[in-house]
Amino acid sequence: MGSYLPSTKKETQEMLEAIGLKELKDLFVDVPRDVLLTDSVDIAPGLSEMGVRREMERIAKKNTVFDTVLRGAGSYDHHIPAIVGTVTGKEEFLTTYTPYQAEISQGVLQSIFEYQTMISELTGMDVSNASVYDGASAAAEAVMMTQTRNRERVYVASTANPEVINTIKTYCWGREVPFELIPQKDGLLDLDALKDLPKDTACIYVQQPNFFGLFEDAEQAAELAHQAGAKAVMGVYPIALGISKTPGEMGYDIAVGEGQPLGIPMSWGGPYLGFMTAKKDMMRMLPGRIAGETVDKQGRRAYVLTLQAREQHIRREKASSNVCTNQALCAMTAAVYMAAMGPAGLSEVAQLCYEGAHYFADELAKLKGFDRVHQAEFFNEFLTDCPMDVKQFEQKMMEKGILCGLPVDDKILWCVTEKMDKQAIDEVVQIIKEVSGQ
Amino acid sequence: MKLIFERSVQGRRTFQMPASTFPKKELPDHLKRKAAPRLPEMSEVAISRHYTTLSKQAFGVNSGFYPLGSCTMKWNPRINEAVAALPGFARMHPLQPRETAEGCHEVLDKAREVLCEITGMDDMTFQPAAGAHGEYVGLLLMKKYHEKRGDAQRTRVLIPDSAHGTNPASASMVGFTVTTIKSDENGCVDLDALKASLDDTVAGLMLTNPNTMGIFDPNILEITRLVHDAGGVNYYDGANLNAIMGWVRPGDMGFDIVHLNLHKTFSTPHGGGGPGAGPVGCKAFLSPFMPKSQMGMEETPDSVGQVRAFYGNFLVVARALTYALTLGKEGVPMTSGMAVLNANYLMRKIEPNFPPYYNRICMHEFVISLEKIKKETGVGALDVAKCLLDYGMHPPTMYFPLNVPEALMIEPTETENRETLDEAAQAFNEIFEQIKKDPDSLHDCPKTTPISRPDEVGAARNPVVRYQFD
Repeated sequence: MGSYLPSTKKETQEMLEAIGLKELKDLFVDVPRDVLLTDSVDIAPGLSEMGVRREMERIAKKNTVFDTVLRGAGSYDHHIPAIVGTVTGKEEFLTTYTPYQAEISQGVLQSIFEYQTMISELTGMDVSNASVYDGASAAAEAVMMTQTRNRERVYVASTANPEVINTIKTYCWGREVPFELIPQKDGLLDLDALKDLPKDTACIYVQQPNFFGLFEDAEQAAELAHQAGAKAVMGVYPIALGISKTPGEMGYDIAVGEGQPLGIPMSWGGPYLGFMTAKKDMMRMLPGRIAGETVDKQGRRAYVLTLQAREQHIRREKASSNVCTNQALCAMTAAVYMAAMGPAGLSEVAQLCYEGAHYFADELAKLKGFDRVHQAEFFNEFLTDCPMDVKQFEQKMMEKGILCGLPVDDKILWCVTEKMDKQAIDEVVQIIKEVSGQ
Repeated sequence: MKLIFERSVQGRRTFQMPASTFPKKELPDHLKRKAAPRLPEMSEVAISRHYTTLSKQAFGVNSGFYPLGSCTMKWNPRINEAVAALPGFARMHPLQPRETAEGCHEVLDKAREVLCEITGMDDMTFQPAAGAHGEYVGLLLMKKYHEKRGDAQRTRVLIPDSAHGTNPASASMVGFTVTTIKSDENGCVDLDALKASLDDTVAGLMLTNPNTMGIFDPNILEITRLVHDAGGVNYYDGANLNAIMGWVRPGDMGFDIVHLNLHKTFSTPHGGGGPGAGPVGCKAFLSPFMPKSQMGMEETPDSVGQVRAFYGNFLVVARALTYALTLGKEGVPMTSGMAVLNANYLMRKIEPNFPPYYNRICMHEFVISLEKIKKETGVGALDVAKCLLDYGMHPPTMYFPLNVPEALMIEPTETENRETLDEAAQAFNEIFEQIKKDPDSLHDCPKTTPISRPDEVGAARNPVVRYQFD
């Protein structure tokens, strides 16, 4: 019904005549007759705007939206300042293409340059690219950046997010690169396993805080990697960096992460933002687009996509990666978020997450059967026991309108964001008490 | 324009968090960050004005004609945005129990159903986040398939010389080597060159049809048959699907794997370079190897693994589904038909001055070459493109495909009206007159844009990729 086609029947006919044809079908003369469709494909008739809206709303209503989300594990329910959506919803930003034509794309190029600066500042690293697909693919691309002729072996933290581990594993399988897991002890990496790494080690990948929310001894891990001549790659939670030590401060060569917490809705997993930052000496190994500063013919400051000699459209099979379309609008979202928060706001958010999670953990510990599993320092996620069947517990919590922590085997991985204040947590604890029969 | 950091004033705030209601607790010293990040410190109005200033130097589909070949810069219907913003989609956590996310699964199932029907495939994954990511998945499927059959010596991929650069780059990411197949005098696959390259080391063929010259390869059935007979798999790069949907299906042409660029054919906005979505469809025999999400999906022991977290760019898929449901059975072939008509109409309008590189009916795009003009006048594809900027339109894709010298690749899309095409043709023809009169003047174009041509060589030689704080 709706088709967004401006041409009237009369115009269509006139245009066909202008090129010497009678009907649209004549345009498909090169299609072998055996496979040319005579009556379109077998799908439903088109809908009006009202009709399609009704249909999509009907589908959306089948989902349950929880007001209280105590689940993280790779997707986080942070507050999004209202200014973020109004900026990124601007039609020029929404509908523009990759800024190949710099003369009419300075706004987009400058926004990428600003994003690169902000995310480098946040991670404490030197340089950034314009983004890749998500945190997991960013981790995989980072691992691929460290590959050299003599060093291919990759050591990935078993304490990282399983989605990330498995994405790295796929990329390693593709490139036929040896993949090893670094074992864990009490929820933390067993760093003994990083002593005397083999000579062909390309890198280690460490997640901070790790999947269980715990702070690894990441500095020591990087030191061990460097002693073996390997690179150290860190996956970070950008909100935690509002207060916690940066990969730059800890000597990491590459830092990547999932940028979703920086102003992007949970969106059932995407679109998200894979950010990639590195030390200066690895800049030319970064995949994807990079915006850089230059001048125009009159010497005025200008921005362009630069270092393109790395990229697929120039180097083809010798390119560092095949990335071209990235997550530009999500990168802009993160930039507006960071500008709205500022250094003070970001540190406040991080502090609230940290304090809220610790308060919640302490309150849970007062109940029976919700003890923390690990002893190490944590940020805003932590694993506890569950005194009853976890699936049943999850179900009962959902009935009360709460998406509880993520069931991990017979335990629960909780997450607290700044959306929860003391009163909200007290209410949740009360409900947990009831649900678990205490 | 000032950089956002140049508008920052220490101590200014936009967003303030409520005071903590929790007992005070500090991160241990050894875990604390030492130096605060130098993020902007601004008021909300300053942020808004900064980005408004930037938006005035961005060219969207709402700004004007955007005939950027191979990118399908069609109109992005706004209802798609409204649907993606529904809380029932936007506020869903990806690890919610299945019974609370039935709507999300229904979006994927419906999109799978419609897109499989349009492409002639049996199964589809939505995990890939972009076209190149989809290519990567398609090649992983190819690799796994041969490996499972004990045919692991098949590591060569055949790719035409007119292909997008992502094709060969994706092939090397799965450890394949690339054999380039040259084009024949019509811009299509040279059948003899193809035959000569086929043996039992061939994993498969990657092909765009219509190809990057905008030509539908009339030998397509022969091409895919030859590859199948040699034991290879046929991969369809869906970048140009906007030319043929509802008229012919990749599955019927002999393709086993397809990737789609939802941000091209299915109208989801490009966002300045993403997010897009690159779902991959396949025939049933490849279905067991499709990617899965470790935490979110059921067991598929033969899967190639996963290529990112969760289910892909879900909200992009929701937009594309909205679009596909809107078009429906009649709208789908009309859309492609009008995209092809618009391209042919514009091609013939500028033909007297800028003849097409291959003179035949084109599909949704066509390629012209400035080679002759460049030899005679010194004016090349770059100059014409930059001159078009002064006419308020986005230039075509430049210097692609690589096998056409001084190429400009023009794709008007179906959402443009005749007046726009006529105006564009007039711009091209006026530029031609200017080339005849005063060719050197074109080297100074553009003249009306916020900046003139930037020094790209300098930018790459001495890279400044972040703001230099004092």
